[in-house]
Amino acid sequence: MSVLSVSDIGISFGGLKAIDGVGFSVEAGEIFSIIGPNGAGKTTLFNVISGLYTAGQGRIELGGQDVTGLAPDELAARGLSRTFQNLQIFQRMTAVENVMVGRHLREKCNLFADLFRLPSVSRQNATTRDAALALLDEVGLRADADKLAGSLSYGACKRLEIARALAAEPRVLLLDEPAAGCNAVETEEIDALISRVAKKGVAVVLVEHDMKLVMKISDRILVLERGCPLIEGTPQQVLADPAVLEAYLGKHGAREAARA
Amino acid sequence: MPRWVRHRYASLVVLAVVIALLPLLFPSSYYYRVAALVWVSALAAIGLNILMGKAGQVSLGHAGFFGIGAYAVAIGPTHLGVPPLASLLIGAVLSAALAYLVGRPILRLKGHYLAIATLGLGVLVALVITTEIRWTGGPDGMPVKKLVVFGWRASGADTWYWITAGMLLIGTWLALNLDDTPTGRAFRALHDSEIAARVAGVHVDRFKLQAFVIAAVYASLAGSALALMNGFVNPDQAGFLHSVEMVTMVVLGGLGSVIGSIVGAAVLIMLPQALTVFQEYEHLLLGFLIIVSMIFMRDGIVPMLAKLPGRRA
Amino acid sequence: MAEFFQFLVSGLTVGAVYALVALGFTLIYNASDVVNFAQGEFVMLGGMVTVFAHAAGVPLPLAAILAIVVAVIVGISLYWLAIAPARGASAVSLIIITIGASIFLRGVAQVVFDKQFHKLPSFSGDTPVQMMGAAVQPQSFWVIGGAATVVLLLYLFLERTLVGKAVLATSANRLAAKLVGINTATIMALSFGGSAAIGGIAGVLVTPITLTSYDVGTLLALKGFAAAMLGGMGNPFGALAGGLLLGLLEAFGAGLSQLHLQGRVRLHRHPRRAVRGAAGPVRRRAVERV
Repeated sequence: MSVLSVSDIGISFGGLKAIDGVGFSVEAGEIFSIIGPNGAGKTTLFNVISGLYTAGQGRIELGGQDVTGLAPDELAARGLSRTFQNLQIFQRMTAVENVMVGRHLREKCNLFADLFRLPSVSRQNATTRDAALALLDEVGLRADADKLAGSLSYGACKRLEIARALAAEPRVLLLDEPAAGCNAVETEEIDALISRVAKKGVAVVLVEHDMKLVMKISDRILVLERGCPLIEGTPQQVLADPAVLEAYLGKHGAREAARA
Repeated sequence: MPRWVRHRYASLVVLAVVIALLPLLFPSSYYYRVAALVWVSALAAIGLNILMGKAGQVSLGHAGFFGIGAYAVAIGPTHLGVPPLASLLIGAVLSAALAYLVGRPILRLKGHYLAIATLGLGVLVALVITTEIRWTGGPDGMPVKKLVVFGWRASGADTWYWITAGMLLIGTWLALNLDDTPTGRAFRALHDSEIAARVAGVHVDRFKLQAFVIAAVYASLAGSALALMNGFVNPDQAGFLHSVEMVTMVVLGGLGSVIGSIVGAAVLIMLPQALTVFQEYEHLLLGFLIIVSMIFMRDGIVPMLAKLPGRRA
Repeated sequence: MAEFFQFLVSGLTVGAVYALVALGFTLIYNASDVVNFAQGEFVMLGGMVTVFAHAAGVPLPLAAILAIVVAVIVGISLYWLAIAPARGASAVSLIIITIGASIFLRGVAQVVFDKQFHKLPSFSGDTPVQMMGAAVQPQSFWVIGGAATVVLLLYLFLERTLVGKAVLATSANRLAAKLVGINTATIMALSFGGSAAIGGIAGVLVTPITLTSYDVGTLLALKGFAAAMLGGMGNPFGALAGGLLLGLLEAFGAGLSQLHLQGRVRLHRHPRRAVRGAAGPVRRRAVERV
């Protein structure tokens, strides 16, 4: 049974349909990619799934439960986690603290216990910090653990976001352009990281422009064009489809590419 | 920087030492009084700093809660026969309740809108205090009965120096505790990115409300302490200018820095005392110093000083 | 009916002043994102400079122009000396700078002038005009008409002149304005100057009704800010509407509770007491507080 199932999603902004009739489902341990030209509605779709936008139509199920219209924090509690295309890190907190916030839902949080810093709070803090450090290790940021997140490089912030998202131990992980702005080596690392995460049974939904990365690690791919689904299939099927080429390059470009 | 400086309670220890040694330098009881004023203001500022510096929410009406605390210890014993200490607690509970009820709708607002909403709250409290003359004495204020605990009367500047210092130490300790806990992290997270905090499962509304209530209780307790110390209350303590003064203490000392709030309070309380020498030039100089320090110490006094050793390295 | 009209006129008069202060807030906020709490001090300067220049023998119209010029100079200096050097500081820091400026200007006024309340003669005498059964102070017409003129001139300036369009462009998108060659710093300084002029004019117009002193600015800033927020910060028409609405609410709130519901609608009585800078009926109150 699929962990995340999205059906017939539609959302309009001021009469303009940004997404129309998009649906897909993802199994545990699967890497599912959503690609499409700029403005195809990929990030909007993520914002709908993660509860930042409310869809005008459609249904979202998480682990078989209807979660349509739930707030982001409620979705997080049900096992959905995400990263952002334009970074949303906690600039004034250290790297490790960023990841510790990611574990928020795994922590007991009581105002009075925290104010008086009861022994249980200190113990829990130590556990959380260890888990966060382990995750930083996993994304290769262990050495930067106590640096302010605002002082890290773009690529490092991208990985920090992934670590923070993983800290919640999600069932579904939405990654919005995790490799954007990363160099070749960093992209390799992220590639390996995503595969490792999926192997642990997390359903990964990926939006990415780096086609090499997408084709290499995706199990299935959904192509969006102007808010509508164009085709869904394995990387081979998608690559072979002339409509995809046309969506990216236009009619003329597709002809040129076919000739080449 | 030596290791101990980085310890969570380093600043608390320094503060305790300063409090213990300061009276040795005091030539007269006037200095006890000024210092006690600093401690009281610092207590309120630390609370407000949790809201503004940690959780990133502005309040331009915080003197309202200060006023509730102050008038609670004035009205309770005088009109209702409630002992001062109980009145102080009732004031804190009332402030918390008001913050909770009003905070739920207004903390959804952002930026300038939150500023005006909190400002309105403060103005409203001040207006009620000014108008309910039968209970509050109106614009003229009212006397406050002395604090009596088990037959012991708290009076004299030196006594209040120690009482307020004790309250400040506890307030500082609690604020320092909060930093590295799930609650403290949630505050700071929603300050930097509300969206990311929500996606991480942080119930943003709840934590904003908690920060607001904490700040209200700090202000209320500070207000009660000041009223009991002065033996008198007036509506100015709940007024807009006092709210602004509290915000200025927090920002001047350094947003997010607990010690900063104490330094900010010390500067803003002592400066006018020092400037009284200049008589009619007092306000002129005060305004000038506020402008200059905000231009040249944007992050506040304490964070700027903390950066200095790093720059040399 | 007569009472209604009386409240209406007094509400519109106070409201026009609030609207001008709110307009000043909006102008600066749009151009520079700064909420200028020294806005009320411009009004104070407008009143005080006119009073003192007039007392020194300068004819009233000249004194008024002098006061507006002084306010403009102060406004532009405020930008160049306090706001421009703090570019990039947080919104709260900038607010505190303007509050510092407000305290500073009050301090200066206290030294240069004095701590007394002052009055200007009404521009066209003190004989009330009988209208719809209500007695209307002639100065009310000056305030309302003056405010309307200011609004009209501002509108023409923004819509019809190149500099005005540059102000609009700067408020729409500062970076884009910079890229098309607009000197945004000059525009921001200009908006502080314009805002100060509006405040100064408000001060000149309202002083015959409400009296003035070195510290009238604080409450006016508070009310003007509330009006600007009521109208949606950054929207000049909203600022106007917000100011008028606030004035009317106060006049009717204060009036009604006084006449019919005395003691019952307690809350409505406060604004009257709180607004020292309010219209006609409040005048005696202001004198009491000296």
